[in-house]
Amino acid sequence: MGLNDWLIALHLLSAFALAAAIVLFWVVIVVVRRTDLPEQVASAARLLPVGSVTVAAGSIGVIVFGIWLAIALDEVKVWDGWVLAAIVLWAISTEAGRRADPEFDPCVTRANELVAAGQTGPDAELAELARTRTGLLLHAVSTVAVLLILVDMIWKPGA
Amino acid sequence: MLASIRPDSWNLPLFVHVIGAMMLVGGLLVASTSVMVARGEARVLRIGYLTMLAICLPGYLVMRVGAEWTYSREQLGDAPDDPAWVGIGYITADAGALLLLIALILGGFGLRRLRGGGTGMLRASLVISVVLLAAYIVTIWAMGSKPT
Repeated sequence: MGLNDWLIALHLLSAFALAAAIVLFWVVIVVVRRTDLPEQVASAARLLPVGSVTVAAGSIGVIVFGIWLAIALDEVKVWDGWVLAAIVLWAISTEAGRRADPEFDPCVTRANELVAAGQTGPDAELAELARTRTGLLLHAVSTVAVLLILVDMIWKPGA
Repeated sequence: MLASIRPDSWNLPLFVHVIGAMMLVGGLLVASTSVMVARGEARVLRIGYLTMLAICLPGYLVMRVGAEWTYSREQLGDAPDDPAWVGIGYITADAGALLLLIALILGGFGLRRLRGGGTGMLRASLVISVVLLAAYIVTIWAMGSKPT
């Protein structure tokens, strides 16, 4: 196996890590939006640290190995339209994901505070924090951008 | 940079294959994480199992349909022997289907037993998801690097 084979494999593994983390965040979002019980929210939130590490590794890996590949492969140039489109979409996805994260922090903090205080019953403020529209919208934007990157990578418009 | 330039007719089957595989791997990440962070807490294990049922199972089916569709479009079956990376894909997909089925059945019983307080079967079901995730990481590497 040559260097380029390794680069493609690492680029693909990073893309899967990014997509897997997005799925994980969707699962947590769906769970917390469907409940107003602090323990349920706190339980779902325990998945988040793994999601954060995975999304960081995936995002960095996909751009680093992707650009490295574009430089290494003779038939691809960094300034090709579809490569530039992917870089722009990656930036949109990363920024939307980064902004979505703090939107859910107050909900997790509130749930942990309630659990620590021994309050296990439904909480209206928690339910309101969990149903953040901004957080949902930003995560949806991040997801759509990643889907468009996949479409761009497979169809390679203009190549 | 998922692969080099290929005929347009291969793109849609490949897209279906990859999107299904991403759903499958994403669901397995959730299931694996849940068993690792649960510390025996049934609520977290339940999230992991329901994710396997709602995301991994449909993801697997989409991935498998896309794989066969891509295989026929690329006419890989015309060659006397499959390339090694296709072989790895078939082995992990077929063995993975069996393991996923076992995990879902085991977890289904485990979910019923939760009312009695036991989490052993649900945990065992989710441990299988860790094995599956490891196998699919190797498969993704093989699909990308295409070793001979």
